[in-house]
Amino acid sequence: MTYFADVAALARKDLLLELRSRDTLPAMLLFVVSALVVFHFALPSDASATASTGLLWIALLFTALLGLARAFVAEREQRVLDGLVLAPCDRSAIWLAKALGVLAFLGIAELVALPAYHVFFAPVGWELVAALALADLGLAAVGTLLAAMAAASRARELLLPLLFLPLVIPVVVGGVGATVADDPGRYLAFLGLYDVIFVILSWASFEYVVSE
Amino acid sequence: MIRARGLGRRFGAKRVLRDLDLDVPAGGFLLVTGPNGSGKSTFLALVAGLLAPTEGEIEVGVDRGGIGYLAHEPLVYRELTALENLDLYGRLYHVRERREQIGALLERFGLWEARHERVGAFSRGMEQRLALCRTLLHGPELLLLDEPYSGLDAGAVELVDALFAELADERTVLVASHDPERIRARASQELVLA
Repeated sequence: MTYFADVAALARKDLLLELRSRDTLPAMLLFVVSALVVFHFALPSDASATASTGLLWIALLFTALLGLARAFVAEREQRVLDGLVLAPCDRSAIWLAKALGVLAFLGIAELVALPAYHVFFAPVGWELVAALALADLGLAAVGTLLAAMAAASRARELLLPLLFLPLVIPVVVGGVGATVADDPGRYLAFLGLYDVIFVILSWASFEYVVSE
Repeated sequence: MIRARGLGRRFGAKRVLRDLDLDVPAGGFLLVTGPNGSGKSTFLALVAGLLAPTEGEIEVGVDRGGIGYLAHEPLVYRELTALENLDLYGRLYHVRERREQIGALLERFGLWEARHERVGAFSRGMEQRLALCRTLLHGPELLLLDEPYSGLDAGAVELVDALFAELADERTVLVASHDPERIRARASQELVLA
């Protein structure tokens, strides 16, 4: 129970920081809506549903990247991560709290993005919602780990997208597949498997990312 | 409490510490002196476990929850208030009677009135006093203090002096300072880094 109390304290702190600074979530919301508007005008009117689905996933992927780039800014600027790492709590609690924050921000961004997608492109089906829920888990897990790695690097603005985008290609494959295929179950299972593998890997390896 | 043998640390091609042998017993007070860039902060970070040695070895006889580490930066969130920062650390260190401990420290270091202000609005001296509160909150067995007088006014300097007098023989204390005269009389050992 102590572990979850630590996660709750850290997650509460992240929420409080965002409420005070308001520099991540508003940017994510503006970006995802702007991207969908641009795609709406860029895509020919007779474009297929597959194309518009692909563009939605691209918009959401870059929205996630925007949030992840700021995930460890507060810890990096004041070297607060050193203080957190020295605390006797399990270091994976830092990752889990941060990943929950990223997951919440992504969920809120999608609450805005899906109605916009419905207006500009096509109706939103249950397959898309299910695929997004599963994809968000994987994106938050992998992205938070990579954001912590990038935060320790001088070339963090370059490093994060260079590591993140190749690692989440399976999420795009699974997400688009679940939305356009006749049998979405296979793709949803694939996304679920990705989540299981990468949540465990990220949880277990965070300790080594924040230790020398 | 602390045992170092052949301890060294490089940052790329630059060697900051080399071939350091040292023993600090429990209850000891080690003063670490030397000019800027001599490796004082690196040595404390090695003891804290924030850095790993590139040569030799170091053993610290206390787990990380028993360490109080005062760094150059206060290691607190600027968007949070003093109270919120200490509450977070109190929870993570599982401090008993957290609220009472926090209140007592804020009173002692003259920050009680400013407890609801965001740290971003603090002066350098107030940040350092908050950092001292954070360092002491969980009653650490081993205190690692990097330039503890930095940014403090005369009143706060006396508070730190009183703190050292109180901690003498009770805790193991390592203090890094490039201006050691104020601390030297209390130290049981001195490490001079070149």
